[in-house]
Amino acid sequence: MSFFRKILLIGLVSFYVPSSYAEMTIEITEGIESALPISVVPFGMQGASGVPVDVSFVVDADLGRSGYFKILDKQSMPAKPNTAEAVQFKDWQALGQNYLVIGQVIEDHGQYNVQFQLFDVYKSEQLMGYRMTSSAAELRRTAHHISDLIFEKLTGKKGVFSGRIAYITSSRQGKQSNHKLQVSDADGFNAQTIASSVEPLMSPAWSPDGRKIAYVSFEKKSAAIYIQTLATGERERVAEFPGINGAPSWSPDGGKLALTLSKDGNPDIFILNLMTRSLTKLTKSFAIDTEPTWSPDGSSIVFTSDRGGKPQLYIMSSQGGDEKRLTFSGNYNARASFSPDGKSIAMVHGNGSDYRIAVMDMATKSVNVITDGRSDESPSFAPNGSMILYASRKGNAGYLSAVSLDGKMQQKLVFDSSEIREPAWSP
Amino acid sequence: MKLNKTVLALAISAVILSGCSEDEKDASLTDGTQNAASGINDASTSGLNNGSGLSGSEMNASGMYPNAGIGPEFSDPNNPLSKSTIYFMLDSSQVQDDFVPVIAAHAQYLVAHPDQRVVMEGHGDERGSREYNIALGEQRAKSIVSMMKVQGVTDGQLQVVSYGEEKPASLGHDEASWELNRRVEIAYQGK
Repeated sequence: MSFFRKILLIGLVSFYVPSSYAEMTIEITEGIESALPISVVPFGMQGASGVPVDVSFVVDADLGRSGYFKILDKQSMPAKPNTAEAVQFKDWQALGQNYLVIGQVIEDHGQYNVQFQLFDVYKSEQLMGYRMTSSAAELRRTAHHISDLIFEKLTGKKGVFSGRIAYITSSRQGKQSNHKLQVSDADGFNAQTIASSVEPLMSPAWSPDGRKIAYVSFEKKSAAIYIQTLATGERERVAEFPGINGAPSWSPDGGKLALTLSKDGNPDIFILNLMTRSLTKLTKSFAIDTEPTWSPDGSSIVFTSDRGGKPQLYIMSSQGGDEKRLTFSGNYNARASFSPDGKSIAMVHGNGSDYRIAVMDMATKSVNVITDGRSDESPSFAPNGSMILYASRKGNAGYLSAVSLDGKMQQKLVFDSSEIREPAWSP
Repeated sequence: MKLNKTVLALAISAVILSGCSEDEKDASLTDGTQNAASGINDASTSGLNNGSGLSGSEMNASGMYPNAGIGPEFSDPNNPLSKSTIYFMLDSSQVQDDFVPVIAAHAQYLVAHPDQRVVMEGHGDERGSREYNIALGEQRAKSIVSMMKVQGVTDGQLQVVSYGEEKPASLGHDEASWELNRRVEIAYQGK
């Protein structure tokens, strides 16, 4: 299974300011000031055969790309303590550090004892300390778990570093294309292929319990929607009507799927009840209606429609009716995705020839563009709402990128496949 | 796992997603479905195909005469039937004047050959969102279908599939490629 090893990840943390959106700049400044200064000291490592994963490096990268923390680089550290006794809090106070993480990884007969401590630098006291045992294979997962614990302790929000992402890759050999639906850890490691086809695969969507993925496959040279159970690989075809079968989106209770069908002539939003298999038509316009997404409370559906001439986002009741236009700025707003708290939506925002990710505040309806690419698409919120994962492209290279909600922190995930797209963050 | 190109076979490999190691996964490939802890199994490999003989439609703008197998007129550069790709403007499904005679020629042929079936494959460029581009590709294909129906081609002869931006004819990421990708390919069946 060589494809497990094909993925190369390069984590780049970069600060940038989208120059054409002046109002963003102020937000960015605020964001940087509110980021919590934290030092993750390289963990001490003891072991005859070495430690296969640099645990503190993974923790450092996780916390850094969340946008909630300002990480002290290693060169600026006054010391590299591995035990509480060795910590001189005054040195870290002098550097303006709020928090300090130290730890050790000790090999013991092929197992690894990982311990870490989190300190409040100003109070000079421990906030949290854990000792855990891990196999070599589990070390990355253990590191992500440590990141989750630290993140939740300091922000009050659940960490998302142990989560997974699904995405589509494609490659060509001569005239033959190969499309894959893959699932990896949240940082791009441990990629596994769950479906592959010579015909396109599209639109992966996680079930709310994280056990299934719905997706579109053209394997029969026409579109069909499948639901695949990750644990068993079993899958079921749930929609195969004439025309478009696309854009599956799970209801928050997991019992229904909103989808796009064009069987009646033009693309409309339908709700498929997964228990009864009954189908309800939700929109009836003569225009394109597609890309439905449920509000987290299940009451509303936001979708893309060109009924006004250009694609814009609309909102309606998930029971049908009450359709209202939601977006007015920019000539192209599509592919909405609700934040987990329902307070904002991410979208693909086109203005001129550039397509970027924007976030709309549902209360004020103000729209902030948070990326600066030329063809950014498929935004997907992290389950704690802190970051948005999306697909981007520079030249011929497609990649996935994660951006904090205020746009100030961005991480680029570079895979060896030059065609990678449609990331979906697991619940 | 073999991919059979000619019958458009599909290979689905299914894996268990658990938190265990790459090495464990590699070692457990043959463990079967019962061993949930092992991390992976090749649960289903299904060859799904409808044998519809659409292989010619896989050719894109790089194939000179995709419908050449139907008859000599389809590879005669002086015959409008030799043109099988209709191009569109950005975010538009309006047929441009240049292509009206091409569509008319195909419609005429189909009226004269009522047993002949075609698939209209709608496509878009890569800009914007993918599912919206699926919808746009379908609208493009349908605008050609409605022109052909006006000229007497029957419903049974016409099938529509939209691939959106998923099957680009040109792999570049510039205006020149985008123009080539906003298209409908008229694919005769049974070539």
